[in-house]
Amino acid sequence: MPPGRDLAQRLAADVPDPELPFLTLGDLGILRRVEVDLEGTVRVVLTPTYSGCPAVSHMAKEVRRTLMDAGFHSVQVDTELSPAWSTDRLGPNARAKLEAMEIAPPPPPAAAPVALTLKCPHCGSLRTRELSHFGSTACKSLWRCQNCSEPFEHFKALR
Amino acid sequence: MTVEAAELSAVGIHEVALALGDDCLVLSHRLAEWTAHAPELEEEVALANLALDLLGQARSLLTLAGETEGRGRDEDQLAYWRDDREFRNLLLVEQPNGDFAVTMTRQLFFSTYQELLYARMAAGTEPRLAAIAAKGVMEARYHLEHSRLWVQRLGGGTEESHRRMQRALELLWPYTHELFEASPPWVRAADVGALPPPTAIEEPWRHSIEALLAASQLEIPDFRAWQSGGRQGRHSEHLGHLLAEMQHLHRSHPNATW
Repeated sequence: MPPGRDLAQRLAADVPDPELPFLTLGDLGILRRVEVDLEGTVRVVLTPTYSGCPAVSHMAKEVRRTLMDAGFHSVQVDTELSPAWSTDRLGPNARAKLEAMEIAPPPPPAAAPVALTLKCPHCGSLRTRELSHFGSTACKSLWRCQNCSEPFEHFKALR
Repeated sequence: MTVEAAELSAVGIHEVALALGDDCLVLSHRLAEWTAHAPELEEEVALANLALDLLGQARSLLTLAGETEGRGRDEDQLAYWRDDREFRNLLLVEQPNGDFAVTMTRQLFFSTYQELLYARMAAGTEPRLAAIAAKGVMEARYHLEHSRLWVQRLGGGTEESHRRMQRALELLWPYTHELFEASPPWVRAADVGALPPPTAIEEPWRHSIEALLAASQLEIPDFRAWQSGGRQGRHSEHLGHLLAEMQHLHRSHPNATW
């Protein structure tokens, strides 16, 4: 294995998402792979969450800048659609981090495709309802708790 | 002796990607026209999200159309430097927004179609089309869920919402036949298994729409004067106006960047 691949992989995986900066590209399952050839050229492959996610070009720029700053002289970032990303690709840390930021995470891979109810991330009540199928970014929907009356965001399931 | 083509030619991929990409681009622009005009804030956000998903799909499809065309055109050149006669989108998607019932009916017809088509295209023999469809089908499913909820709510809502829904169905029904028209590119793609044959999605489309309308106290319009021509570049007068607005900035300032 060429030197630096592990470092490149770790640095790319730790780049934060621009819209949910407490999550990294690794947490989100957006980083698909990192290759380093014998000349030291790094190739990073990302996959978009949604077809129209406007953050992808920003992520590519950030990955490039981070790796160049770390001393890699040549960095190429490509995107790949297949196999398609779904919320089942969220890493193990992602759900806990979403909850800590009071965003209701999508149901785990084994659960039913659409959650009938969500737990309020503020007070823990299950008396919640969807206000809107869509939210402030492509990956979220908007809910309200009927117990504490607080609105909250949900990282919606995509499968 | 006849030799069966095992895979779709570059021209074949180009034609399919262009038609499906134009559907997404034109509908995306229509939905974006609701921005600052939607009936409520949540719905404004919803329509903008639908538009964004479709724009993303349009970018992937038009990029593929450009690559397989062999004339060095990219997504932007295809989006901004073709005139209406060169667009291959369905007439349905270029129809004006009308009221909210018209917009949701258009979305219901299109998302039902797109979900059925993408699900089969994702399992098709052309890997690049399949990859775009596998990504898009999850989004189409979400759009479909949204439009079905609204059609049901409006159909079974007040007298006025019911009247508007039924009127929207009458208005857009004539454009639904074109969704399943066996255009030569579609037939070529279906022959090699890159797309399903049109008949394979027409039946499930009808069943799905009929069941939803029945559950929403709405009636299937009795109308057979079908309108078509979009796939051949013969459009309604509405597309030219849409393109004039969409292409204006790019044509006035070629290659400008932010």
